[in-house]
Amino acid sequence: MAERRHLLDIDDLDRDGIERMLDMARSFAEVLRRPIKKVPSLRGKTVANLFYEPSTRTRLSFELAAKRLSADVLNFTASASSVEKGESLKDTALTLEAMGVDAVVVRHPVAGAPWLLRRWTEATILNAGDGMHAHPTQALLDLFTMRERLGDLEGRTVAFVGDVLHSRVARSGMKACRAVGMEVLAVGPPTLLPPAPVEGVEYVHDFEAALPRCDVIYMLRMQRERQQEGRVPSLEEYTRFYQLNAERMGRARPGALVMHPGPMNRGVEIAGEVADAPYAAVTAQVTAGVAVRMAALFTLLGGAEGGSEVA
Amino acid sequence: MPELLIAGARVVDPFQGTDEHADVLVSRGRIAEVGRGIGREGREVLEASGLVLAPAFLELHAHLREPGDEDAETLETGLEAALRGGYAAVCCMPNTRPPLDHPAVVSGLAARARALGLADLYVVGCITRGREGRDLADLGLMHACEARVRAFSDDGAGVEDAGIMRLALQYASAFGGLIISHPEDARLSRGGQVNEGAASVALGLRGIPSLAEEVMVARDILLAEETGGRLHLAHISTARSAAMVREAKERGVRVTAEVTPHHLVLSERDIGDYDTSYKMSPPLRTPADVAALREALRDGTIDAVATDHAPHRREDKEKEFDYAPFGVVGMESAFPVLYRELVEGGELTLMRLLEALTRGPAAVLGLEPPDYGGGIVVGARADLVLLDLEEEWTLDATRFASKGRNCPFHGRAVKGRVACTIKGGRVVHGGGGGGRRG
Ligand SMILES: [Zn+2]
Ligand SMILES: [Zn+2]
Repeated sequence: MAERRHLLDIDDLDRDGIERMLDMARSFAEVLRRPIKKVPSLRGKTVANLFYEPSTRTRLSFELAAKRLSADVLNFTASASSVEKGESLKDTALTLEAMGVDAVVVRHPVAGAPWLLRRWTEATILNAGDGMHAHPTQALLDLFTMRERLGDLEGRTVAFVGDVLHSRVARSGMKACRAVGMEVLAVGPPTLLPPAPVEGVEYVHDFEAALPRCDVIYMLRMQRERQQEGRVPSLEEYTRFYQLNAERMGRARPGALVMHPGPMNRGVEIAGEVADAPYAAVTAQVTAGVAVRMAALFTLLGGAEGGSEVA
Repeated sequence: MPELLIAGARVVDPFQGTDEHADVLVSRGRIAEVGRGIGREGREVLEASGLVLAPAFLELHAHLREPGDEDAETLETGLEAALRGGYAAVCCMPNTRPPLDHPAVVSGLAARARALGLADLYVVGCITRGREGRDLADLGLMHACEARVRAFSDDGAGVEDAGIMRLALQYASAFGGLIISHPEDARLSRGGQVNEGAASVALGLRGIPSLAEEVMVARDILLAEETGGRLHLAHISTARSAAMVREAKERGVRVTAEVTPHHLVLSERDIGDYDTSYKMSPPLRTPADVAALREALRDGTIDAVATDHAPHRREDKEKEFDYAPFGVVGMESAFPVLYRELVEGGELTLMRLLEALTRGPAAVLGLEPPDYGGGIVVGARADLVLLDLEEEWTLDATRFASKGRNCPFHGRAVKGRVACTIKGGRVVHGGGGGGRRG
């Protein structure tokens, strides 16, 4: 039997693997533009969405991707309270195993939960976000969006701006961007950047100074919680130094792209006028999400090995 | 009970600093004769050629979970694990439910341990009532009671209030009581799961900075210096902690320190796939810290190796990293892991390792003969271990006497085994075959 394949973090894929996944996502994006947006590639396969953390956006995106591939979908939403009641991740893994699920898409507030599931089930595991650790399909859809908009990404510069420390989007995103040959900046106050160097990532505290270097400005969601932790003195102060507004956009490289994983705090990390401008790719990111997740499911569930046609 | 002759062993005695081949005769629980060619007639003979005979070990820091968490460990399983690991005596930490903060509780526990007749138990009492960090527990009464408590700790948490820590050091100095610090500033470690830095960044887990330990090491050293009290620092884990202890000792501060086998052998790089057997407090640090701890153990800055044996129920450890409790078991893996990694690895002499497991902890605790120690000399209590240094084997946590299976060394190839533990002249673990196997 072939070794089970998983997508736990972006570094499960090498540069070639990433490129192939993005190429396949492009084929699926074409499928999604057809009148009948469905292919039989994963008929008979069962995909379980196991969400320990509410995320309508990501769950719907995975659900739609699986359905477009004709897979059966089970949705498990587990609250923190069911965990309190002693319903352990291991028990849930054994249940999914007993149901003969082929793939588990897992979102969990604790880093590493997908690695534990891999140990406890035979199913293919897709990490849909674990704690502040990783979010590989988000990284892929972001790369997809950048490539569609900018073409070749080699040598381009991307800045991840804001709460890089707690952001799984930034963690996987920075690795993915490095993997395809981009320059990566992490921009924010020292209290919101990782406490150790990240390979190939330059830390910058002065947002305005960094802007002229950027082809992509990737704004991260600022959570009120960080202010309560004392990591920033106030949201007003944060906004003053790190909000992306039209004036700051004027300093950016011509043609620079603005991205955000959503949901956006308009008026905090991003001004409304920027969020709605044509250089913002936020809705394109959402569209890319379904195609990229189709590619991931199709690749991991053996579709590619069988040699069946994508389109 | 017939006299027991331990024949032909290499006798390594850190109390005397001697290393020579000899026969050892044990009679009525004590060592009766040490020499060559002791007669065998009418005596039970333990063939020990090819083995090392050393004083049995003393565990300074174990969590035996009784009372309150008997699912995780009991006195019986914990003290049996000690014997298998080569320990004749164990200090148990007071973070139980209820905590060990009262003469009646500590006496009861000590009496239960005596009745079991396994390893000796030294109960560590709480520093503060209910381990709440506010008011001193009845330190003097615990010391005066039948259990003769000689050390106090709120282990599991640091004593946050520097004023209380100062009072504890002052007060206990009246009767030579030892204050054991769990050096951790909870405001700096809050929410942390692994070492802050490369590990926390790579794993996406919240970090525990070295500083969380170091600020309290610094504080407690200053308090000990000012009060003249006896301070022992539990499980130090960073290069800077070791440097501060070294410097304090040079200044004449009455401070001692221990290090665990896992902090000597593993680093944050070993955590890998979120195996919660690598989740402990303090966390595994950097390779540079590991090197500094080894050096500090070598040069005597660190007085003792203590395992911080912390068994947990399997269900509690088989959880997401953030939800699993801190702690790993250690008594049954300590010697083979340390022998393989440090002595075979050329970093520590056998004598120094054995010293850190016997004479070092005895000095920390202030134990003297006849309670413990003295070494392998006529008249000393016959608490001994026979070690097979040649045996190569694989650690299997599922076969531990401890109920705890949370061992980061499970499956590790090791060398050296505690072949036999002798307590009060009786073989209490191993000793079936006699001599080295294979
Ligand atoms: Zn402790
Ligand atoms: Zn402890």
